[in-house]
Amino acid sequence: MTDIAAPAPHHAARFQPAATERPAVRVLLTVVALAFLGLFLVLPLVSVFYEALSAGFGAFVKALGGRETASAIELTLLVAAISVPANLVFGLTASWAIAKFEFRGKSLLITLIDLPFSVSPVTAGLIYVLMFGAQGYLGPLLAEHGIKVIFAVPGIVLATIFVTFPFIARELIPIMQAQGTQDEEAALSLGASGWQTFFRVTLPNVKWALLYGVLLCNARAMGEFGAVSVVSGHIRGKTNTMPLQVEILYNEYMYRAAFAVASLLALLALVTLIVKSILEWRYADEIAATRRH
Amino acid sequence: MATPLALGRRPGVIPGFGLTLGFTLAYLSLIVLIPLAGLVVRAASLGWADFMAIALDPRTLAALRLSFGVSAIAALVNAVFGLVVAWVLVRYDFPGKRIIDAVVDLPFALPTAVAGIALTALYAPNGWVGQYATMLGFKIAYTPIGIFIALVFIGIPFIVRTVEPVLADLDREIEEMAATLGARRWTAVRRVVLPTLVPALLTGFALAFARAVGEYGSVIFIAGNIPYVSEIAPLLIVIRLTEFNYAAATGVATIMLIISFILLFAINLIQAWSRRRLG
Amino acid sequence: MNALTPLEAETSIALGAPVDVTIDAVAKDFGDSPALFGVSLDVRAGELVALLGPSGSGKTTLLRILAGLEAPSAGRVLFGGEDALGLPVQDRNIGFVFQHYALFRHMTVFDNIAFGLTVRPRASRPAKAEIRRRVLHLLNLVQLTGLEKRYPTQLSGGQRQRVALARALAIEPRLLLLDEPFGALDAQVRKDLRRWLREIHDRTGHTTFFVTHDQEEALELADRVVVMSKGRIEQVGSADDIYDRPASPFVFSFIGESTLLPVVIEGGAVTFGGDPTGLDVNKTERREAVLGFRPHDVTLVEDDAPAIRGRIVATRRHGGRRRLELQVGPDHLRAEIDVEVGDEQPLGTLVGFRPQRWRIFPA
Repeated sequence: MTDIAAPAPHHAARFQPAATERPAVRVLLTVVALAFLGLFLVLPLVSVFYEALSAGFGAFVKALGGRETASAIELTLLVAAISVPANLVFGLTASWAIAKFEFRGKSLLITLIDLPFSVSPVTAGLIYVLMFGAQGYLGPLLAEHGIKVIFAVPGIVLATIFVTFPFIARELIPIMQAQGTQDEEAALSLGASGWQTFFRVTLPNVKWALLYGVLLCNARAMGEFGAVSVVSGHIRGKTNTMPLQVEILYNEYMYRAAFAVASLLALLALVTLIVKSILEWRYADEIAATRRH
Repeated sequence: MATPLALGRRPGVIPGFGLTLGFTLAYLSLIVLIPLAGLVVRAASLGWADFMAIALDPRTLAALRLSFGVSAIAALVNAVFGLVVAWVLVRYDFPGKRIIDAVVDLPFALPTAVAGIALTALYAPNGWVGQYATMLGFKIAYTPIGIFIALVFIGIPFIVRTVEPVLADLDREIEEMAATLGARRWTAVRRVVLPTLVPALLTGFALAFARAVGEYGSVIFIAGNIPYVSEIAPLLIVIRLTEFNYAAATGVATIMLIISFILLFAINLIQAWSRRRLG
Repeated sequence: MNALTPLEAETSIALGAPVDVTIDAVAKDFGDSPALFGVSLDVRAGELVALLGPSGSGKTTLLRILAGLEAPSAGRVLFGGEDALGLPVQDRNIGFVFQHYALFRHMTVFDNIAFGLTVRPRASRPAKAEIRRRVLHLLNLVQLTGLEKRYPTQLSGGQRQRVALARALAIEPRLLLLDEPFGALDAQVRKDLRRWLREIHDRTGHTTFFVTHDQEEALELADRVVVMSKGRIEQVGSADDIYDRPASPFVFSFIGESTLLPVVIEGGAVTFGGDPTGLDVNKTERREAVLGFRPHDVTLVEDDAPAIRGRIVATRRHGGRRRLELQVGPDHLRAEIDVEVGDEQPLGTLVGFRPQRWRIFPA
């Protein structure tokens, strides 16, 4: 049969690979996916910036200029500056204990660390009101000593720590478990102290996962609304974070100012997404594989 | 919330077990376990009759029904579209795919209050999208449909991010195998691919549902917050608190907490089951 | 369909059964890297053909083209004289077994085997009872009776392999294609399954292609072996042809252990590095060539008689004999020869040898 000249088969052009869809179906599904994401995600994001800037940049800056807005920004930064490091220390110690040692009840501990993700932010605020509020368990005791937790900055910090509690730990635990204990054992056998081993061996091994966790934790800490709203008391210029300031401005029909503050938070979200994506593209292997928040 | 953690450590050279586990347990207890236990104790001290009175209060029931009902519908819609998004992102190539992939996480990064006012502006009767609804004679913002929109927004990444890795790990030979056995493309997808995605879809659904039930910030702006119509359960907790009705707030919060834990338990069961079955 | 009894199958091959599969000048490009260069092959009904070659030789690509999982860039494929390339994979009626089996993990063994029957259009789909009868019959054929309710994760590697084969046979394929069918199994299980596959083939009589990189497997199991390298067919033949009459240096070196040396033929004598080797050919004109021989086909040569000479650089025990590694010729090429235990000499010693059986290939 080999003497018959074999023409290029006309079949090749319309060959349909078995493990994918026909081109028309592919286009349709892609359009559906893009339309869905466009409508529900991109459009709201665009509208924030549009509403904030629709009257020009000058008006935008002016809308941000208020003293209350400035103090809201200050408070937001303060709250993040306390709660993120607190959860960072917790994430490192928890993942060290869980990844480097075997003990009974470990999986229960991991589940408990994830617990705040299954609690409504409003409930997160409520539990601190029940604990430290005027009618709370410790309320009278605190009042006696003149300490204010609820409707004050400490309550806001506590509620923020609660809702961002698992972020860093859950990024670190899987990757440290995957890395095992060999590096640390090698360092210790070479005479390094426990602290030296931690700072010079363990920490460099998990730095990208750590940064990733800090990034997500910070975004949530600065943006938390429900839990903070319950414990803050909305005292202008004192206990309003940026998201609360957005609410107040919005409810007072100061839309432009509300969207101006909101656009700063949206910008934070964009920066978070960009840095997060860069980390995922460049250090995918060094960031834990679990992606559920 | 007792933690039966036995301190049976593996013998080894690595130091710091007592210190790190001790700190972990102390911090976990102070921030999470004791305050949550406080809620449960407060609810328990209400007594059965009072608790049931709060639970069966028509306004509570209406809020719970709304929260769980709309959350379920939103999670279901997300399961369908999230599957399509995950499928497209894993299997197809198109310009800008990486950016689209990054955008999926927007609901994790965008503060809920910002999402709330943005969605409200879009879906208000005179908004970019809402005006078309007005032309068709119905309202989105300030109705349960608005709540649905906000809960879809908040749930998108849960489905996409749980389905994506499973789909990416799926052996394409399975689909080729089905084709050699005579299965048309849709039959192969329906009988061979989708069943292996079911555990991931269920997990994603449960996560999106749990998150939606507790969601507050993105919903309250768009909901209209009319008692018995568009008042979600978390908002009812806040309202009871501002009325200094701690008992009612505690009761509603406890009911939601219990249902969340049942969901969490269900997720763990699904994952254990799928690990056993699918290896 | 191949409804041949074992006896008919045997005789029909012997008498020259009709050509069942024609592969005609099939070529395949993946982007800019060609995987197949105009491969042609005729296979008769009921034949068991091995596609043998190293990885990257194009054997799996050829198998996938037959199945309809890839489209060739050029060439024709005929099944029973009719064009097959126009048929989508679903309509080719191919029984395919993947190297890692590709079992459907969420289905029981029963449902896996029944899959091909249950996805048929309603008009041609057998009744439930008939499907059940056929599946149980196949389970019996592959010796897995009683395991129909198991899931794939509950089976051993060898059992999974047999489920994959039963699933492929269930659709009564016109052609059976196996991609490295024993590649993922332990050595002992491999041997058992090899014998068993031959039995199944003799009972069912399907025209069968299997891809392997294991020459022992190919030579033992196949009616004909197709040796492939770098997208081309190097040789097609029986195990004896391939082993005893290799068509190219590649086949010679791929099948069994061997040494290939560049030689010059001058006046009917084979010379290596300018020295006569003591080997003669009936060609007189001077030309360059490649000499091939196997380590166990040499004798040591004493004194100054013509021979290939080299220094011993390594020795190791090889079965009942001892293997010497030599540096030969001016370019210090490697050659391997086997000697009797006791005949060896210290490292660095110069030894001479002459192949007893050898082949000359064009350079």
